[in-house]
Amino acid sequence: MIEITSDCTGCGRCVKWCPFGAIEVVEGKAQIQVNCTLCGSCVQACELGAIKMKKEPLKPKDLSEYKDVWVFVERKDRGIREVTFELLGKARELAQKLGEKTCAVLLGENVEPFCKELAAYGADKIYLAEHPHLHEYNTDVYTSIIGGLISKYKPSIVLYPATKTGRDLAPRLAALLETGLTADCTGLDIKDRQLLQSRPAFGGNIMADILCPARRPQMATVRPNVMKKTSPDHERKPVVINIPVQPKLEGIRAVVKESLRTLKEEEKSIEEANIIVSGGRGIGSKDNFQLVENLAKVVGGAVGASRAAVELGWKPKSCQVGQSGKTVSPELYIAIGISGAIQHLVGMRESKIIVAINKDPEAPIFNVADYGIVGDLHKVVPMLIEEFQKVKNRK
Amino acid sequence: MTHIVCVKQVPDPETKVKINPDTNTLVREGVPSILNPFDQFALEECIRVKNKIGGKITAVSMGPLQARTTLLKCLALGADEAVLLSDNLFAGSDTFTTSYILSVAIKKIKDFDIVFCGQQAIDGDTGQVGPELAHHLGISQVTYVEEIISIDERKSVVKSISDEGYKIVEAKLPVLLAMFPPSSFKPSNPPLRNILQAKQKKFINWDAKKLGIDETRCGLAGSPTRVIRIYPPPLKKKGIIFKEEPEVACKKVVEELLGKGVLK
Repeated sequence: MIEITSDCTGCGRCVKWCPFGAIEVVEGKAQIQVNCTLCGSCVQACELGAIKMKKEPLKPKDLSEYKDVWVFVERKDRGIREVTFELLGKARELAQKLGEKTCAVLLGENVEPFCKELAAYGADKIYLAEHPHLHEYNTDVYTSIIGGLISKYKPSIVLYPATKTGRDLAPRLAALLETGLTADCTGLDIKDRQLLQSRPAFGGNIMADILCPARRPQMATVRPNVMKKTSPDHERKPVVINIPVQPKLEGIRAVVKESLRTLKEEEKSIEEANIIVSGGRGIGSKDNFQLVENLAKVVGGAVGASRAAVELGWKPKSCQVGQSGKTVSPELYIAIGISGAIQHLVGMRESKIIVAINKDPEAPIFNVADYGIVGDLHKVVPMLIEEFQKVKNRK
Repeated sequence: MTHIVCVKQVPDPETKVKINPDTNTLVREGVPSILNPFDQFALEECIRVKNKIGGKITAVSMGPLQARTTLLKCLALGADEAVLLSDNLFAGSDTFTTSYILSVAIKKIKDFDIVFCGQQAIDGDTGQVGPELAHHLGISQVTYVEEIISIDERKSVVKSISDEGYKIVEAKLPVLLAMFPPSSFKPSNPPLRNILQAKQKKFINWDAKKLGIDETRCGLAGSPTRVIRIYPPPLKKKGIIFKEEPEVACKKVVEELLGKGVLK
């Protein structure tokens, strides 16, 4: 329930803010219209504190009202981020266990053509909001719209990618909806009709199982490459629900002025890559890094770097793996000339297979490696490249 | 104007975390604590902002009474006053409840323009408290901020890291900035003289009563999430380390990878 108190002066600020066009000023006072979704953006907009949202106390809600498993669709320049399909695969598995539907939430401009692809990877239903102002992600705008949709349609579970965008959006929504959120889940399952969320903590030293018993929706973020996408079924036709929205930019408090790409067009960000070849201080020089890049090219992987290599200016920050860089979990991680400081291990130990090449047999990287080669990288890496090349030629 | 910096005391990552097998909880005794490095970067950036536009820096932390040492470090580094939020009722708070408690305290401090925090703490690694706090305070947020480009009394322009590179974001004040240190950042220790002076600075202790907070929204009782089990991660099979001739090693590794279907 939104309540307008007598402090309202009819200034119209909230009208500008409401992304659903659900407020009008009538006789000098704001009035909430029937299409209000309870997103709460007007409460934040009002400088006089004249708009109040009556919230139910934090007690068990009627959980049976909440149905369906939702996935927030993250877009990139042209298309959908892979992690979205991975989440849809997981969401479908959870929804089937619950006997509920898998839904995708897609915001953007002219994004309707993507609905087919989302359906192919598992979405039964797509909530689609299109508007030129939704082209670029914005915290305020996206929170209002998705928060509104969740309040209205009441999903039992919502999954977000643990990307920069997902990690900006999901906690904001959790606070708005007064519900739980579990970051970076590596396992999701259904236990007694609840979402069982498993995640590593303390740099992967312990695992925790987490439930959100009394609040809905149950929300979690998942990193790229953690879940498996299912093979697409292009015959599947989605139900598309068009959500009319009118996001206004006047009320927006934080605006992106400029986006700079340090990643080349064809490059995948290392968080999304299936194979990463990383180099560290042991590489020795910027020129020697070519060796790492050559290996990456042969195996079809992205190039990563340790903090030391980034600090030495051999690779840009966007390649950095580790605590002050990116956390990755590819199928294959090849660490070359990286000793394996705890800060680096934290960022890559969830990788499925780890290969380490280092001349020091005592290097801590060998403790987490599935395969280790002790030797001079300048000899070993060219040999590896040759071996991989042979395999490639065989095919 | 008051600039707020939210900080957390975290276990030193150089020490291995142990689980008490009887109680299934973390062994915290004897584990040295440090100021979360992300928060230290936030504080140091805040000091730079203060040097430019003036104001006062209040460092806020929620935690056990031992977290006092972390706040003293903040004072020694340059914060003007410290607020420690400590109460048994706060124990077991998840990110939702933690951010709520912090928001009640910050609203009590009043008259704030920028709230700085680290993007994440190195123990929990959730990165959720910042955005949740921004919501509870009713202010906007910019996450993954690596650099503050310009700032005045009305707005800030910051450089934030995106998945493909960087974004330049302009945010009106008040705003919450979740700071992400550049690779070159190394947390430093303040000189002894500053440590001694820190003890003279204003140190405020607030418990639930002093905060006037709704107790049902604190700690485990107010937390939507429940940790039902903690356990050591599944043991990884010990790796195969080749120390012999690299030619042989390379062949074997490539064979193994082929066998696992990693290479397509």
